[in-house]
Amino acid sequence: MTRLFAFWIAHRAGLASLVGQHVLLVAGSTLVAVALGVPLGIFSARRPRLASPLMAIASIVQTIPSLAMFGFLLPVPFVGGVGARAALVVLILYGLLPIVRTTISGLRGIDAAIREAGVAMGMTPGELLRQVELPLALPSIVAGVRVAAVVGVGSATIAAAIGAGGLGEYIYRGLSMVDTTVILAGAVPAAALALAVDGALLWLEKQLSTRRRSRSRRAAVTVAAIAAAVVMLSSAAAARRSSGAIVVGSKNFTEQLVLGELLAQTIERDAGLPVDRRLNLGGTLICDRALISGDIDVYVEYTGTALTAVFHQPVSNDSSAVFETVRALYAKSGRTLLPPLGFNNTFAILVRGADARGRGLRTIDDAVPESARWHAGFGYEFVERPDGYPGLATTYGLRFPEAPRVMDLTLSYRALAAGQVDLIAGDATAGLIKGLDLFQLEDNRHYFPPYDAAAVARAATLLRYPQVRTALERLSGRVSAADMRALNYAADVEHRDVPVIVREFLARTR
Amino acid sequence: MPAPAIEFRDVSFARPGQARVLDHFTLTVASGEVLALVGRSGAGKSTLLKLVNRLLVPDAGTVFVEGRDTREWQPIALRRNVGYVLQDVGLFPHMSVADNVAVVPRLERWSAERVQPRVAELLELVGLPPQEFAARWPDELSGGQRQRVGVARALGVDPPLLLMDEPFGALDPLTRAELHAEFRRIQSRLRKTVIIVTHDMGEAFALADRVGVLEEGTLIANDRAAAVAASTDPRVRRLLDAVPVIPRA
Repeated sequence: MTRLFAFWIAHRAGLASLVGQHVLLVAGSTLVAVALGVPLGIFSARRPRLASPLMAIASIVQTIPSLAMFGFLLPVPFVGGVGARAALVVLILYGLLPIVRTTISGLRGIDAAIREAGVAMGMTPGELLRQVELPLALPSIVAGVRVAAVVGVGSATIAAAIGAGGLGEYIYRGLSMVDTTVILAGAVPAAALALAVDGALLWLEKQLSTRRRSRSRRAAVTVAAIAAAVVMLSSAAAARRSSGAIVVGSKNFTEQLVLGELLAQTIERDAGLPVDRRLNLGGTLICDRALISGDIDVYVEYTGTALTAVFHQPVSNDSSAVFETVRALYAKSGRTLLPPLGFNNTFAILVRGADARGRGLRTIDDAVPESARWHAGFGYEFVERPDGYPGLATTYGLRFPEAPRVMDLTLSYRALAAGQVDLIAGDATAGLIKGLDLFQLEDNRHYFPPYDAAAVARAATLLRYPQVRTALERLSGRVSAADMRALNYAADVEHRDVPVIVREFLARTR
Repeated sequence: MPAPAIEFRDVSFARPGQARVLDHFTLTVASGEVLALVGRSGAGKSTLLKLVNRLLVPDAGTVFVEGRDTREWQPIALRRNVGYVLQDVGLFPHMSVADNVAVVPRLERWSAERVQPRVAELLELVGLPPQEFAARWPDELSGGQRQRVGVARALGVDPPLLLMDEPFGALDPLTRAELHAEFRRIQSRLRKTVIIVTHDMGEAFALADRVGVLEEGTLIANDRAAAVAASTDPRVRRLLDAVPVIPRA
């Protein structure tokens, strides 16, 4: 608890900015969802044949998990990609269903005699809608907006996975660092925000549903509109990002956060340019797409990952050959692979230190006889990648009694230490290896291709800002595997602030 | 001779897929006359009213309002020219009594300075003191009071024609008698052309100058109240016999 408050106080500027982004995402998407959903609801309430299929489609959209939705949208021009725009699109789609549904049910719930009275009084369809139908459906519509906004607060945390910011950034960072404090630092304000939004809209709903003088109803709507505008403006101010900055991306695990910060600080200091940090993006694919689309300018990739996961080339064990191949492939698509940073983050097959010492395990071969009694746990990527689990099992003849459990990569370290699984595939540079007393089995058959870390940047950006290239090239060979493990250890195990760790590292090695 | 205020000339009408509600139906209503149309539920009484303000259009034949075919009227103008009191009142629940009464004047873009005294005048007319009732909500009124507001609302812009669909059907007998008297008082002042539809012969006699009996899409009687009361037509007699009789001592 004390740690949580200390974290908030230490990061109050960042927290304010994330809350601002979060509110902006939810408010913006909800407003657009209202602007689209209410007319859509009015339109389809009068056409029952249209309403049912529309509701069916909206319900299906609602059931798509948000991360999958981001995945679908990645390659779509204009609306897709990475950043706040794609997040807004997804949140708008989620918000539409409740709003359309309550608009339809609000309009359909109006007594036929009342509608007939309006027509018989000589109201035009527009007058009937404005003076009778919408006022009577308003409480129901506001109830729908309330659902949309509260769901939006929740869904917006996932937007951090595509670099849209918001409180999800703390949640994801906390998950990747396995640090409950950081998770709570994002989750608690998000929950508070959801409650606040719910309460505010509930108040508005009550103002509208109880009989009131039209003047006080109007006052309630005005108060709500002004409050919304103030919230929007202030969060826009809090969330503002410097424009014309170099955008640095990273994937969503500790080492990538550290490397992203390393690139960012290097560019800020040595190239003298402002940097926009889009750290914690969903994974290799999202980073790659973001680089292609120009949503980010540079991030750190691993040569083996680029070879297999990005370019779908066969696995190779020759480190420099892999580097040259990948550099040529990147160059063809307008991207530049900068010289390696100096460490190889290969997959590390890990077991508990106690097991390794007790059974005298040193290599993966040594573990094969044990595997018949063991349970394995792997990250999503490792199970799917061509240089991942299937090839590993074939090369070494590993046979587990049941299919490996698929889990979040960073959680798998904890699962191993806690004895829930007996063997995982982690990163060779993970700080948790030291922190949790894990042991890396040697890849004695050289199954894993080299994973030399190197920055990959948009060629156009480097042409426009040659000082960025110079600055990043200076990082070449500067980060050894030991350095990386120490940096990860400081972040993951000592829970130290990434920007601080990186600043100290740069000061030390300068 | 001036054109009748309302004329049905050889009008037929059927709801889609159903038997004819009106079958070569002819009727005239003179200006300033109160006509009560009596018939059983489902005899097509409400349909008849809706043909007047063009909520419905005849399949064959013509309905004339003030000498003009309803199909030639601009429907919005026609409806604002014809006051309509609905069976179940249909007051707008989100509007105060005053706002309900002001609906049509406001649709006609009357200025606020004109609307306010008009609303007060109408509430006064239907026996609801404005200072007490103007700010109330429909669900704070009794059934009789609601019906009075319904009448006031229908009279908003002083239309020459008034259509009343079972206006007092849902009220208790005492309130109903009170409103009947009130209606006669108002009508003696305003001299509107009125069509009232009802299933109650007693109500027709209480309110109307002329009574028509509707059965199977045609008029089987159409005469002064006293003449209809003396009718020997068995179909008319059935309706007459349904009027409660007070036993003599």
